[in-house]
Order: sequence, then C-alpha cells, then structure tokens
Amino acid sequence: MSRRPEKNREKPIKYFDYTMLFIIIFLVGFGLVMLYSTSSYNAQLKFKDSAWYLKKQVFATAVGFFGMFVAAHIDYHYWMKLSGLAYVFALFLCVLVIFSGENYNGSTRWLKIGPLSVQPSEIAKVATILFLATVINKMPKQMGKMSTIMKIMILTVPIVGVVAKTNLSTAIIILGIAVCLTFVASPKYKPFFLMAFWVVGFGAMFIMKEGYRAERIKIWRHPEDFEKGYQTLQGLYAIGSGGLFGKGLGESMQKLGFLPEAQNDMIFSIICEELGLFGAVCVILLFLLLIWRFLVIANNASDLFGALIVVGIMAHVAIQVILNIAVVTNSIPNTGITLPFISYGGTSVAILLTEMGLALSVSRGIKLEVV
Amino acid sequence: MFRYKTFNRQKTMVIFVCVLFILMFLIGRLVYLMVFCSEYYGKKAEDLHERERDIKAARGRIIDATGTVLAANKTVCTISVIYNQVKDKEEVIAVLTKELGMPEEKVRARVEKVSSIERIKSNVDKETGDKIRSYGLAGVKVDEDYKRYYPYDTLASKVLGFTGGDNQGIVGLEVKYDEYMQGTNGKILTLTDARGVEIENAGESRLDPVDGNDLHITLDYNIQMYAQQAAGKALEQKQADSVSVIAMNPENGEIKAMVNVPEFNLNDPFTLNYEVGEEVSAEKKQELLNQMWRNQCINDTYEPGSTFKIITTAAALEEGVVNLADSFYCRGYYTVEDRNIHCHKVSGHGSEDFIHGIMNSCNPVFIEVGLRVGPEHYYDYFSQFGLLKKTGIDLPGEAATIMHSKEKIGLVELATMSFGQSFQITPMQLLTTVSAMINGGNRVTPHFGASVKDSEGNVIKTFQYDTKESVVSEETSEKIRFLLEKVVSEGGGKNAKIPGYSIGGKTATSQTLPRSAHKYISSFLGFAPADNPQILLLVIINNPQGIYYGGTIAAPVAREIFEDILPYLGIPFDENAAKEGEEGEN
Repeated sequence: MSRRPEKNREKPIKYFDYTMLFIIIFLVGFGLVMLYSTSSYNAQLKFKDSAWYLKKQVFATAVGFFGMFVAAHIDYHYWMKLSGLAYVFALFLCVLVIFSGENYNGSTRWLKIGPLSVQPSEIAKVATILFLATVINKMPKQMGKMSTIMKIMILTVPIVGVVAKTNLSTAIIILGIAVCLTFVASPKYKPFFLMAFWVVGFGAMFIMKEGYRAERIKIWRHPEDFEKGYQTLQGLYAIGSGGLFGKGLGESMQKLGFLPEAQNDMIFSIICEELGLFGAVCVILLFLLLIWRFLVIANNASDLFGALIVVGIMAHVAIQVILNIAVVTNSIPNTGITLPFISYGGTSVAILLTEMGLALSVSRGIKLEVV
Repeated sequence: MFRYKTFNRQKTMVIFVCVLFILMFLIGRLVYLMVFCSEYYGKKAEDLHERERDIKAARGRIIDATGTVLAANKTVCTISVIYNQVKDKEEVIAVLTKELGMPEEKVRARVEKVSSIERIKSNVDKETGDKIRSYGLAGVKVDEDYKRYYPYDTLASKVLGFTGGDNQGIVGLEVKYDEYMQGTNGKILTLTDARGVEIENAGESRLDPVDGNDLHITLDYNIQMYAQQAAGKALEQKQADSVSVIAMNPENGEIKAMVNVPEFNLNDPFTLNYEVGEEVSAEKKQELLNQMWRNQCINDTYEPGSTFKIITTAAALEEGVVNLADSFYCRGYYTVEDRNIHCHKVSGHGSEDFIHGIMNSCNPVFIEVGLRVGPEHYYDYFSQFGLLKKTGIDLPGEAATIMHSKEKIGLVELATMSFGQSFQITPMQLLTTVSAMINGGNRVTPHFGASVKDSEGNVIKTFQYDTKESVVSEETSEKIRFLLEKVVSEGGGKNAKIPGYSIGGKTATSQTLPRSAHKYISSFLGFAPADNPQILLLVIINNPQGIYYGGTIAAPVAREIFEDILPYLGIPFDENAAKEGEEGEN
C-alpha cells in the first residue's frame, strides 16, 4: 500500500492532533506554575533566587518545544534508519554515566556536557522505544512466537541492565515499555499472562519470604516508624491536609522544608495540598486524556511502526504517572519516579516533549476518513 | 510497510483500559487519603507547622492587712539565640559575654550550637535584657518573664514561702494558696517553616494570659516587723537556737505576725542562712534546707510547760472542783502514788490560795487541781478544748498533738500533764486553745488568708473559718482573764507589765527531751487588754544560754513587742493605771 492513490483521489486533508497539543501545552504550563510554587522556597534558601528551578525548567521546556516542533515536522519513518544508532549511543551514554557521572543527592545520574547536565537514562527511554519499534516492524509476522518475544526482551537487557546500575526506577520503566510494545505487537495473550503470572508469583514469593525483613517494605507499611519513611510521611501529611479543595495555590506549608526536595518526585503531594482532591483528580484526568489521545493516534496510525512508537510513548507516560502517584499516595513502596511534565527535571521534560513531537508526527499520517 | 492490525488495536485498548482502572484505583486512594484521613493528617501537619510560645501569666501578689505587698513579681529576661538568624556570630558572642558576665567558652558553645532556639541565660535583670535588646543583634531574642520577688527578703519567710522555677508554690502560703495565685499562661501560636523561621503574614493566634489573683492576708507588716526585730534581738542576746513569736487576734483567729528567727532570705531560698563548716553533700544540703524552711510555730511540737496551767485551770473551773479562794499548801514537792514531783521553788510556796497558786506558777497546786478533775475528765476536757485535733491553720504541714491514749493516763501522767509536761503540742495549738479560754469560750480557726482579689481589686473570694462555740463557759473565761491579769500585774509574769495597759499572761519554762541535755524552752503567753483581749502573743525562746526562766527572758520580749504594737493597735492607754504602776514601782 502507498499513499499515492489517495493523494490522487482527493485533496489530502492534513490531520494534526491539536487536542493533544493543547493538553500538552496545558500540562506543561500547569507544571511550570506548580514547579514555581513548590520550589521557590527551596530555591530562595539554596540559591538566593526563588526562580532558580523555574528558570532551568523553562529553558529545558523551550528546548523540548523546539524538539517537539522538529520531531513533529520530520516524517517519523526517518528515525527507522537511526534507531539502532540511537540505541547504541544511549547505551554508551548510560555506561559513561556509571564512570563519570555527576553526583547529586547521593545518586550518579547526570552527565555534564558543557554547562548542561543531561540524564542519559531519559534518552535511553526514547531510544528504546524507537529501536524496539524498528525491530518489531521488521518481523511483525513472527511476533506470535515465544522465541521472538524472548529475542526482543533480550535486546532490551543491555540497556535495562546498564540503566539499572544507576537508576533502578528508570530501568523498570524501560522494561515496562518493552513489555507493552511486545504485548501490542504480538497476537498472543498467553505468553504475557504467563509472564505476568511469573512476575506476580515471584514478587509475592519474595515478599512472603523476605518481604517482612526487607526494609523498603517495612517503611511502606509503617512510614511513621522509620527515618527513611520521613519523606513518604511528609507527603501523606501534605496530601491529607489538602482536603477537598486544598489550601489554595502557593499556600502549601509542607513545601517549606518539611517535605524535602518537594519539586522532584513528591510534587504531586504539593498539588494535592494546594489544590485539594479536586485539583489532584483534574491532573489525573488530564493525564488520562493525554493517554487516550495516544490510544486514538496509535489505533489510527497509518502503519505499524508509527503505532508502535505511539504505544511506546503511551506506555512511557502511563507507567510514570501511575508509579509516581502510587508512590506519593504510599500505595506502593517508595521508588524515585518523576511525574511527567510537572516534576523538576530538564532532560525529562525536554525528552518528553520531543516524544510528544514524535506522536504528533505519527498523528499527521492519519487518514481522516478512518477517524 | 505493515498495517496496524485489529489485534494490535485490541491490545492497545487493553493497555488503555488497564491504565484507566489503575488510575481509578489511585483516585479512590486519593479520596480515602484526602477525605477520610484528611483530619488526621491535617492535624499532624498542623502540629508540625505550629510553634507554641507561652506567655507567662503574672502570679498573684501577697498583700498584708495594711496593703503592703509582701510578694510581688519582678520582670526578668530570658536571653536566647536562634542559630539560623544569627548574622555576626562573633559580635553576638562578644556582646553576650560582656553583658551577661558569663565565660566566653560557655557563650560560644551555646551560640554555635545548631538548634532551633538555644537558651543562653534566664532570670536576667530587666536592665541587662533591655541593654542587650538595644544592640539590635540579629538572632538574639530577649523574652520577658516574671519572677517571684519578695521586697522584704526575710520578712515572714517561713509563712510566705517561695516559688519554684515554674512559679509554682513550694512552701508556705505560696503553696497553700497556689491555685488562686497561679495565673493561666497565654499562648502565641505561629506558623513556621521546617527551620523554625516564622512565616510572615501567616498571622498568629494569641491566647492572652490571665494573671493570677492577689492573696490578701491578715498578717500586719508593722506588727511582723516589730515582732521580728524583738525576736532577733532576743535570739542574739540569749544565743538561742531559735525564737518564735505569734501574734493573733483571739476574737477571730486572724494572725497578725508569725516570726521564726532565724528567718531565711526568700529571694535566695536555696542558700543556707548560716555558714556550713565543710562541703556538704547534695542530700545533706537538701536536708539542711528543709530544716531551715520549717515553720517551728506549726511544724514542730513541744511540751508547753506552765503556760498549759491555763488549760488545767479552765478544766478545773468548768468541772467546778476549784474556787479561786481555795487554799493549798506547797511543801516544794507533791507526792503522787510513790513519786515526789517537785515544784520549781524547792523550798515550797507554803500556804497559798488558787490565785497565788497561778501567780506563783506553783506545780503542787496544779497537780492537786488536776487530780481533782481526774484522769478521765481531764482527757475529755483536753479533747473538748480541741487539743487533740489540728488547729486547721492555712499553712501546710501542721503537726499533730502527741498525747497519751486515754487508758494510759494514770495519776502520775495526769499530774505531769496538769502543768504542761509529758505531751507535746504545737505553739499554734497552745495559742488557739488559750484564745478560747480568754475570748469567752470560742475556739477559732487561726488563719492568714483573708480574701482573694483580682488585679482590679474585685473580690473573688472571701475566706470563712469555722468557730467552735462554748468550749468553755463565759464565766470560766472571765475568771481566767482575771487570773492571768494577776499573773502579769503581780505574779511571775511581771516582767511583761507595761504601765497604762492591762495585760494578762503566763510564763513557762520547759525542759526539752532528753532531760539530761539540760536544754530549755522559755516562753511567755500574753494578751491585752486583759478584760477584752484584742491581741494574743506567744514568745518562745528555744534553748537560751544562761538564764532560761520564761518570766525572766521571754516576758521582756513580749513586753517589748507589746510596747510597740499596743499603741499601734489603738488599744486605749489608761493614764490612771499608768500612774499607779509608776507609783508601785517607785
């Protein structure tokens, strides 16, 4: 099949998912407001400039929007040729970070490039999406075979392993993305149910056998009893004191040093405190709306490759949103995962926006009569 | 190029639905946390954010009958340093070292300690505090506070008592009336960030302190002053262990003065009022302090000796076993069962009537009178006069009477009791009992507390005290007043005589236990005017050196006090009596 006959048949209607663009812009704008609200106190204390975090984030956002613009205007098939290279490059960066990374807050996750600090694990996510989409696109027929599924999982092992060395949470996300991609590409359900069964089984066994001894689980169950449960507990205080409609924008007390590094992983709890249950649910619905747009774009994409890219992005955003909110509400044990578009993190927001550009690029290929 | 097939779409949908459900679950979790747990977490968070600062309430004052303030509050300052707010550490250290007169290392250690607020020194004078405040140093806080202050240092120290670090009463009236004088502390609630820095414009909720109420007492500063001076003089002259004086209105039990020299300095109650030879252990020191704080008038008992003959007289008159004209014969001793009990006059007083018996304080007369009453009835009178119960004075730690049980009172015991030996009562008990003997028969409750007033002078509470009426008849009371007037005007108490005033009284000299130590307590109990007593005085000199007879050393002390306070109390001066007295002396 090709696009030419259609082009000949009627005047091509250019589709562009403005709904998604609007949601993205709204989320990014909202994220910047919340970031400023949350970080200004810490920024004033540490850097004598209340907008210190905001400025950095605005810069990254600008880079991200540029990336989005470029990605949206490049035919996404172009990336097929570069995906292998991108994967290897990301792998290289992730290895590099182990040896010469920047240390911040006790973890080594950043590479210093000139004046910029870059988090290679963020690059690894998008590289993995493109790489796996390309690989799967080459052999869609064999996706039913268990061996192919295993092959694809094995392909992700190096990057997951290397990232896990410095950032376990991100490694889990990359693994999740890979599982989602193979799941969608494969016509089978059974292997995945088996996989899920194994994971749940092993997880349950681990918790049963070691869990009560594992500190992380203990902190999760009773954060008030442990020093390391401090952040979780402070997050819960913030969420709980928000109530239905919150204390009002900028009125959070917990961000005043009680909740350490509130602008990072725990920013959602400050949203809860300031905007209440109402605001928090609105944010979740906004993310759900975005994920729904990914669904629409993927299911209407003109080809498998485009659809898989969007599925990868969808998995990326969905996993991070779910894990972040689950951690903040202490629904699962604490693990450091940022909230897309809202948490402080330059690389993350720049890469995410570029990914959005990719999705928008895929959306351009949609033929309207199908919608 | 491959198409996105239906199963692909289906599976994408599966992922979306999964995400949808998980997000729904998380929303449910949020509802649980933010609606059902909101109060719990909100309260916890608030506790974390709020800083509570007490505003001390001023403790109520103690004011005497003349309106003189005996216990007040002094503004003192607490100097603290807030580490995070200090800008120039060296300057702060230098200034505080200089102004507070503390060693530099000590100040430095506290200033450099990383804490939200570090107290450098409390109980700093207001002037020093103001001076430190005037430097305007960042991070140095000067908080004003109240400290109990006693303007007259030692005046009535064992009555007033003092307060502890939290302004709570520890001994004396301070503890007895603590609930009235204790104010309610106020609070300032401020929101702070995690470093403890107050948040601007957050507003603070303030709960104003309620000052304590003033306690008005019956004690009279002037009488107390006179009594304390006289007692101090006697203490020095007789090199006695202690001298106690109580002055009370026998009509209503209002105590006008209560002196126990040596007194201690209320503004420095934890320093002993005498030199201690070598270093003493903390335990020993505390014991000595407790000893120093004792109010001998009510905390200690003694054998009253001859002053108790007043009570024997009252019992005998009530029982109707003696007439003032009855004649007795004193051989210098009196034989009870197989024992000879001696009179203080070894050669004996010879033949005498009852009036002269009491004037001479003759032991055989009172032994006989006591025996006439009989052990059982004597005990009953003892009980009727209220001697077995505490007086109910409004001071803590009143000692109980130490007395034989009724069955154990044989004739020998009765004989010794009738002149005030072989049992122990507190000086206050003696005074209260004698009050009833001379005021017409009403046993009053001795007290200091008159009323409680708030700082504007509105009466919050007026204290009422019980009076037990007719413990002796009016007739008996009149006879006793007559007899005791004779004792002072012509008998053993003549050293208390003041021309122009009719004074009644009785002397006593008792030997303390063990008798082999040859330690004595000299005392004098006196009242004026004799026919309508307005003031009843008891002077007790504990272990005087040299002459120890009550009539010789205690009566003059009472006279000295009477000379000062009778005119002060406005008791009429009888010029004719004064002339007679002078003539008599000439």
